[in-house]
Amino acid sequence: MTFAVVVFPGSNCDHEAQYMAETVLGQQVRMVWHKETSLSDVDVVILPGGFSHGDYLRTGAIARFSPIMGAVKAFAERGGPVIGICNGFQILQESGLLPGAMLRNRDLRFHCEYISIRVDQTDTPFTTLCTPGQVLRVPISHGEGNFFAETSVIDQLEKDRRVIFRYSNVHGEAIEAANPNGSVANIAGVCNERRNVVGLMPHPERASERRLGSDDGLILFRSAMDALATRGALQAV
Amino acid sequence: MAAFDDATLERHGVTHEEYNRIVELMGREPNLTELGLFSVMWSEHCSYKSSRVHLRTLPTEGKRVVQGPGENAGAVDIGDGLAAVFKIESHNHPSFIEPYQGAATGVGGIIRDIFTMGARPIALLNSLRFGNIDSAQTRRIVDGVVRGIGGYGNSIGIPTVGGEVMFDARYSGNPLVNVFCLGIARQDEIVKGIASGVGNAIYYVGAKTGRDGIHGATMASAEFDDKLDERRPAVQVGDPFMEKLLLEACLEVMQTDACVGVQDMGAAGLTCSTCETGARGGVGVEIDVAKVPQRETGMTPYEIMLSESQERMLLIVKRGREKEVEDIFEKWDLHAVHIGEVTADDKLRVKHNGVVVAEVPNLGLTDEAPVYHRPYAEPPNRAAAFVFAQADLKPLPSAGDAFMALLDAPGIASKRWIYRQYDHMVRGNTIALAGLTAGVVRVKGTPRALAMSADGNGRYCELNPRQGAKLAVAEAARNVACTGALPIGATNCLNFGNPQKPEIMWQFAEAVAGIGEACRALDTPITGGNVSLYNETDGRAILPTPVIGVVGVIEDAERVVGRVFPSAGLDVLSFGNNLGELGGSEYLNTVHGLLRGEAPSLDLAQEKALHQLLVEVIGAGCAKSAHDCSDGGFAVTLAECCFDSGATGVSVSVPAASTDGGVDLIAATLFGESASRAVVSVNPSDTAKVLEAARRLGVPAAKIGVTGGRTITIAIDGHGVVIECPVLDAEARWSNGLSKWFGGSAA
Repeated sequence: MTFAVVVFPGSNCDHEAQYMAETVLGQQVRMVWHKETSLSDVDVVILPGGFSHGDYLRTGAIARFSPIMGAVKAFAERGGPVIGICNGFQILQESGLLPGAMLRNRDLRFHCEYISIRVDQTDTPFTTLCTPGQVLRVPISHGEGNFFAETSVIDQLEKDRRVIFRYSNVHGEAIEAANPNGSVANIAGVCNERRNVVGLMPHPERASERRLGSDDGLILFRSAMDALATRGALQAV
Repeated sequence: MAAFDDATLERHGVTHEEYNRIVELMGREPNLTELGLFSVMWSEHCSYKSSRVHLRTLPTEGKRVVQGPGENAGAVDIGDGLAAVFKIESHNHPSFIEPYQGAATGVGGIIRDIFTMGARPIALLNSLRFGNIDSAQTRRIVDGVVRGIGGYGNSIGIPTVGGEVMFDARYSGNPLVNVFCLGIARQDEIVKGIASGVGNAIYYVGAKTGRDGIHGATMASAEFDDKLDERRPAVQVGDPFMEKLLLEACLEVMQTDACVGVQDMGAAGLTCSTCETGARGGVGVEIDVAKVPQRETGMTPYEIMLSESQERMLLIVKRGREKEVEDIFEKWDLHAVHIGEVTADDKLRVKHNGVVVAEVPNLGLTDEAPVYHRPYAEPPNRAAAFVFAQADLKPLPSAGDAFMALLDAPGIASKRWIYRQYDHMVRGNTIALAGLTAGVVRVKGTPRALAMSADGNGRYCELNPRQGAKLAVAEAARNVACTGALPIGATNCLNFGNPQKPEIMWQFAEAVAGIGEACRALDTPITGGNVSLYNETDGRAILPTPVIGVVGVIEDAERVVGRVFPSAGLDVLSFGNNLGELGGSEYLNTVHGLLRGEAPSLDLAQEKALHQLLVEVIGAGCAKSAHDCSDGGFAVTLAECCFDSGATGVSVSVPAASTDGGVDLIAATLFGESASRAVVSVNPSDTAKVLEAARRLGVPAAKIGVTGGRTITIAIDGHGVVIECPVLDAEARWSNGLSKWFGGSAA
């Protein structure tokens, strides 16, 4: 199958996403420049991490105007699986594809380190192979990953089971001490109403080889491959 | 001489003798613009006029050297037709004036040096020196520098994989920010900063030129005084996003063969990049500064030529290939501007709207720059000042108390508070995570990995600059060898005070001699580097601080080891001899507040044998961890092997050191900083094999204990157990020693 990795000016985890999908998982990868207007024939879209346009305005605020975003939205509306990682998540928020906004980390500092997240929902194309409550060891690397939304929005997300990942300790307890950035309700990742668009601040693509620290993140991409293989491209779940 | 008054020459940092030489070279009086060109190119920062005679003595050749000094960066052969392209550079002066931007633009500058060579940058290191941490001013600078390094490196997406930090009052007015960058290139695709081919086009790409940084190179060549605030406009502002675009676009352009040469605009900006490329190619360069994109209105040719605005590149493009190059830059929303041509003469000719405003021989600015044999002399009674007696010591604390005090010292304590603010994983190559003494990145497409470390100990160099410099080379190479990598090349950043003082010049000359000796013995030629002089405030110099970056190659990336004991039940072996040397040690500094004694001795043949042993036993998969003994001595080293292990303990029994270090035999044994030592852990079934390898290579080695339990227990033969401390207690102290000063927690 074919992964699209969208490259914005300032994307800097695009090569990692490419390496993970192409070399580690042995899949096709199409690097899509942000000025393109079509995704053509791809099965999964990855919006990678980085500092699109330098993040000099709000994170992701300019990237949402890139020509390719029209095609990404259309792909999502057709039910295609889209995952936004870190800056990619922020771009999806700015584009209105995912809820919430990112504040600066609680301590106003950039954090790069391995943390644990708990998988709360397994009915998205990126979590089908996970077991509910499974704990993944993955890195974070961000200065603005403090997920915020108004209480009513959070309540609705919880009611709709749209919080997919939460920061937790190694035992899967989403406690305050395991929250690296101050996110409301330890939220690390969410999905859209249709559940085919997922965004998360941690970097599952970086956790794709044990030699580099962990391969726990691969399960997200293997899930997408499995979902597509068993259920067909556009009806992922 | 009539054209300029004394005040004008002084403002340009040009002496009367230098001015006369300029007139001689030009055959006439220069105009103000021309004087400006000479002023920046002949500054200490660009010309190395005080240091050059000494730097020439360094070993720069070797069978792996692909590119030695003289280009934008050095390069060594790492197999498969690939080269590691690397260099270290200082940004000390700007980082004191404006810590965030000073450090950020330091990172930006060294990254440009690497991709200018056609190499994809894949790793950064830094070596930092600050004043005492109990000063609020120091903490403000630390915070700004760390944020600046992170702000630039994180955004551009190049991992900061390691580094080192030391604190000493002597750096309080002159912090040191040395930044190292390493990239990978195909050896046959390395691009040089050479202009050639008469009629080829000179292109300017990147950020617009503003008035920032005019005379930055001259500032970096002067001492600080109470007029510091007036120098602020000479610091530049970094734009990592612009540099990311430049990086990607330049690497894409270099994949075509449309470029004959590329040079970044760093110190001395457009002046340096034009005359150096011309001088290297033996051609002339003609540009019209009116075509240079400008951020401000009314800029004069003088200002445009001397600006040090960041994120700008100069490209020499083959005639007829211009459109191809322009199109690639347009893709990245960068506008490449054709500003001039390569000419047949040997001049740098600067025009403004077609009118010649400066015309100077390229070689006059570069190779003909003055070279000074500055007088140097060891100050009389220097050594006597460092002798100490028992009476100078504070009452001796117990071994356990001294141990805890050392773990708490900011120079030894965990640097996690710092490296957590750096993206140390981006690009997906980092093997050993940051916080270890050497950074390790794999080389994609090969089974290999590269290890790199930057080290230098200003205290040792203060006691004995030659010895201290040798020890810096040895430690950097040892750190690299402790990952399993064979050291193959080095770069140096030489941070000293005012070279016009004979005692400072003596430190410099001695240090360079020491580096040369050690690099020859350890087979790590110097491929490039940087000199930072005038690190003085109000007449007081920093500790002499040569920082050495060493790069090593590991044949099998799967075999890389870190410092941490991976499990209980392993044998713990010590390599090397403990001579109990406490001179210049962290123990004397932290516990007794003294910088005294003699720098540790160093047998370079022993050091080399140790590296061979480490590479061999790690490469064979026998060693499960390795950590070098340095700051804090054996006890601190052993403790650090337990930290981050999930509280795996260790119990060892060691012989007493061969001397008491002028203090006390137990303190000397535990905290002495003798060189050429390491602690490794080994599967018990491999212990005999490892000891046999050590015997064969002539490295003293012994099994001293085992891993396991929950305490760090150290016994000294004839003295019984001298330290017994739960790992978690020691680790808590070590984890918080730095972060507690910044209101952070260890969690």
